[in-house]
Amino acid sequence: MYRFSRIGLSFLLVVALIRPSIAALTIDITQGIDGALPVAVVPFAWSGSGPTKGASTVAPENIAAIVASDLRRSGRFAPIPNSDLVGKPSHSSEVNYTAWRALGVDNLIVGQVRPMVDGTYEVQFQLLDMFKAEQLAGYKIRSRRANLRRTAHQISDLIYQALMGVKGAFDTNISYVTVTKNRRQENIYRLAIADSDGFNEKIILETKTPIISPSWSPNGLQIAYVRFKNNIGAEVYVQSILTGRAKRIASFKGTASAPAWSPDGKNLALTLYKDGNAEIYIHNLSRGTSRRITRNSAADTEPAWLPDNSALIFTSDRGNSPQLYEVSVNSFGAKGRPKRLTFEGNYNARASVSPDGKFVAMVHRIEGSYRIAVLERATGHLRVLTESRLDESPSFAPNGSMIIYATEYKNRGVLAAVSVDGRARQRLQLNRGDVREPAWSYFKKK
Amino acid sequence: MNKRLSIVLLASVFGLMVGCSSATKEEDTAAKSTDTDTTSGADVGTSGSATEMQGGQADALSKRVVYFEFDSSDVTSETREIISAHAQNLSQNTGMSVVLEGHADERGTREYNVALGERRAKAVKQLLVVQGVQSSQIQVISFGEERPAAVGHDESAWGLNRRVELLYSGS
Repeated sequence: MYRFSRIGLSFLLVVALIRPSIAALTIDITQGIDGALPVAVVPFAWSGSGPTKGASTVAPENIAAIVASDLRRSGRFAPIPNSDLVGKPSHSSEVNYTAWRALGVDNLIVGQVRPMVDGTYEVQFQLLDMFKAEQLAGYKIRSRRANLRRTAHQISDLIYQALMGVKGAFDTNISYVTVTKNRRQENIYRLAIADSDGFNEKIILETKTPIISPSWSPNGLQIAYVRFKNNIGAEVYVQSILTGRAKRIASFKGTASAPAWSPDGKNLALTLYKDGNAEIYIHNLSRGTSRRITRNSAADTEPAWLPDNSALIFTSDRGNSPQLYEVSVNSFGAKGRPKRLTFEGNYNARASVSPDGKFVAMVHRIEGSYRIAVLERATGHLRVLTESRLDESPSFAPNGSMIIYATEYKNRGVLAAVSVDGRARQRLQLNRGDVREPAWSYFKKK
Repeated sequence: MNKRLSIVLLASVFGLMVGCSSATKEEDTAAKSTDTDTTSGADVGTSGSATEMQGGQADALSKRVVYFEFDSSDVTSETREIISAHAQNLSQNTGMSVVLEGHADERGTREYNVALGERRAKAVKQLLVVQGVQSSQIQVISFGEERPAAVGHDESAWGLNRRVELLYSGS
């Protein structure tokens, strides 16, 4: 009896300690890239004590599994399954390069996790080139228990950068809105933030009225969004993620909507309806003042900033159908006149500008379907990236590699992501209810 | 070649962020009557104006939702009749006020649909005003595509969702 209860107790302890972070969103890779780089991520050696699994102890997070899943999700890499691994090296000195080459693996990732006396962990990893038999990257990262998932994403970022020449966007956040029914069949709207892989979801607002258009502050500490209220309509709020405190912005009489945080963090572009129709304003967050940018009897809305804060790209139906226009925020007169950007089709709206300013993602109507398209600003070339019916709310990853957007799948609202070249695709689905209005954060400040 | 960098992660802002669980929870107490319910709500024509009206007008006054074509804020002739009945009611009962709540179907972007809903509500407002209703009696708001009256992804639902609801209040 005694032995049994002890086993029972230790089992409970294991469950409590190694309970993995919950993924609220599950991600399916719907299309990988042909010729994705074959890599192997060997489970990291663990040199600590702790909960047991079989005969040996296990690390608090499976770093290698998180890294492999990050790399696979990008569409650029094809990590081979663990069952195919030839050996379990944890350091370059233990690697048989010939054997891995024979397996068709271009790059190998090996590493170790070591618990330190102060309760932190030291995570060491090496990225190895199997053909040159040399190290491409190697780092030691000190991490706290609660940050080990983040450490794994940082390792993925470093690997991505070493192999792709571009910084990875794994160690970033996404924000989105979920809609579920309560017992009385009323809609419950939640504004959530999560890691870029859907883990560590945190609800920052819950209401019975709709929430749309979340926009991250560049420092990742605040989110602006639109909240509807009964008999009042749309209002814009800025909420602190740390404290949960929300403040109404530009509280004029009438609808306020479509907030867009400027890349320098100082201003919020938004749409105010107080002048009789939708006009774009810039609201200075420290001064609390609002400055009008558009003057037109048509609807002007959905402002998006260029990365250098100099201009806005917005939706306007001044030419009858909604199209994208660009307007300088500092020039007046003829120079300050909006310039039309889109000419293909009769519906181009809701711009998201790539972090390098070269591309503009938008919702583009084609044959009655609303799809995500990308405009190359230098050439004016428009490319349609998606193939479904009701795609909306595109948002660029901070490294410009992917665009996350909302769509429907089997009659439910889901998120999807597509690479800018249209070759890699994934779907992010909530366990129940609808998920919509994605917004990708900026890079985190180290 | 063997680059070794030590990155020490202190209790970063993000670490604090994850550890913190301050969610703002609010419930809206002023729930409005259900979306599809268009006949209940505040009373209309209490001063007997409805009874003095012709049958057709009373009928029109009982209608508190008007519908629109795709991507349009043009008022149809049937809508005109309904709005006229409400204009007469409101101009005769200046203590009454009305919220015009514009809506759009799910197609297109959410924010552009807020603008479209607002434009529809404003088109109704203009019709009321030219028929003698005071601006101060009218409030225009938009819910865009966020509060569909009918669920579904086809014209039978969309047609019911492109609408302006007249929500009466006051005495």
